[in-house]
Amino acid sequence: MIVTEQKPMEFIEELIKDCKKVLFLGCSGCVTVCLAGGEKETDLLATSLRMKREIEGNPLETVTYTCTRQCDPEYVDGIANLVEDVDAIVSLACGVGVQFVAEKYNTKWVVPAQNTKFAGGAVEHGVWEERCGLCGDCVLHKTGGICPIIRCSKSILNGPCGGSQYGKCEVSKDTDCAWHLIVEHMKELGKLDMLLEIQPPKDWSASRDGGPRKVVREDVKIDA
Amino acid sequence: MPKSNLERLLNQGEFTVTAEIGPPKSADPEIIHEHAKMLKGYVDAANLTDCQTAIVRISSIASAYHCMAEGFEPIIQMTCRDRNRIAMQADILGAYSMGIRNILCLSGDHQKFGNHPTAKNVHDIDSIQLINMCKRMRDDEEFACGEKFKSGAPKDLFIGCAANPFADPFEWRVMRLEKKINAGAQFVQTQCIFDMERFAKFMEMYCERGLHERAKLTAGVTPIKALGAAKYMAKNVAGMIVPDSLIERLEKANKEGGKDAVREEGVNICVEQIKQLKEMKGVAGIHIMAIAWEDIVPSLVERAGLLPRPAVKE
Repeated sequence: MIVTEQKPMEFIEELIKDCKKVLFLGCSGCVTVCLAGGEKETDLLATSLRMKREIEGNPLETVTYTCTRQCDPEYVDGIANLVEDVDAIVSLACGVGVQFVAEKYNTKWVVPAQNTKFAGGAVEHGVWEERCGLCGDCVLHKTGGICPIIRCSKSILNGPCGGSQYGKCEVSKDTDCAWHLIVEHMKELGKLDMLLEIQPPKDWSASRDGGPRKVVREDVKIDA
Repeated sequence: MPKSNLERLLNQGEFTVTAEIGPPKSADPEIIHEHAKMLKGYVDAANLTDCQTAIVRISSIASAYHCMAEGFEPIIQMTCRDRNRIAMQADILGAYSMGIRNILCLSGDHQKFGNHPTAKNVHDIDSIQLINMCKRMRDDEEFACGEKFKSGAPKDLFIGCAANPFADPFEWRVMRLEKKINAGAQFVQTQCIFDMERFAKFMEMYCERGLHERAKLTAGVTPIKALGAAKYMAKNVAGMIVPDSLIERLEKANKEGGKDAVREEGVNICVEQIKQLKEMKGVAGIHIMAIAWEDIVPSLVERAGLLPRPAVKE
């Protein structure tokens, strides 16, 4: 999933300081799972800001709603009635959701409430870790299911580099060396020899090159 | 321009000596000229580091140019941290066009340790891919994309790589070096060796796989200048092992004669190591990394019995 982290409340407060009525828009997708922008967090943020503004003598009217997914137009379209009379929308979705909302309601001031961090998962309760670099050309079949693109700090395809010691990355003692894990795992699988093959330079054109990437499934497209 | 002297000396079977020159964090090349003059006659070539520890300095290629102005042979280091394959190939062509022949291919220290920790790193290709790119440019006369050179391929490039016998997983280290040699590395410079036992084990595995017949491995040494530095390296430098016995020797010297005695003992240890390394099967030379103590190199080389430096046979 996409893992996000809420921006500081003061940051959001500053951006909407001139607004009288604001829609706080949560998302039931990834940001709910990573406890950053679901219904609970949306209500908490709206309430906190409303109370703060009240104390400061500059009352704020808040509306809260949590979309099924802000990254799907059908759900974003469905909130038109809530958007009509607000001065701003604070989106608690990931960067994708914020953009879909901003595009649909392009006369409104749309504010991101999250920093969109990475594609990852929960490694323990309350701890999420990046696991995929979204590079568009998966190599996990060559590396024992451990991604060197994102889990190696130098994205090495023929690792490990000389900074790997005691199983840790040179960048931090808290970071496992992905290549150490790969070597150990491939050894367990009896496939260590696979790592002797020199991997050629990666085709990064499947990654961040050339504007937004698209996946098109002709079989499920609905022609107008 | 002929082949590199370093390549010819190694092929002649000479025990080569190389050192390291760290370019300055300014536009003033004076220190490079000074070091080149100082090292001339004592070492066969010197590495010019490529923004070592991710700190901005005069580029390795420009530094190499200043070395050559002193009639001194450079080895340029090239890291994958700051440039993509297009920029790297352009720099390889540029360096070669100026007469630079020796290139050491590295992944590079992470930018987190340098003076621009918020920079975006590149790592478009890794060190093994860089080695192979150099080899293809030289032997196959083609760019990384497969396009052929119309003329002027860098046909005398001498391609080197680094190896760290003290990083983990240990057993994989020789295999990884084999991959580098398969990719095209002709010479190897190792990380600073303090743990002789582990290095000897590494060399055994290296020779067992016949790699000593395919590439020239030069062993890295560092004369320790201060007790604090040794302790720091032991604890904080990733991929380095400094044995307790060595720290104890320096501590003893410190008790008996303070800082000067530590320096003297540091040189003693280094001279002993060089002599041991010289006898080790598969070691084709030494590479001295006298970090912040470059002026010790001439006397170190002399005390290790490595003078006069051999000449290239025509």
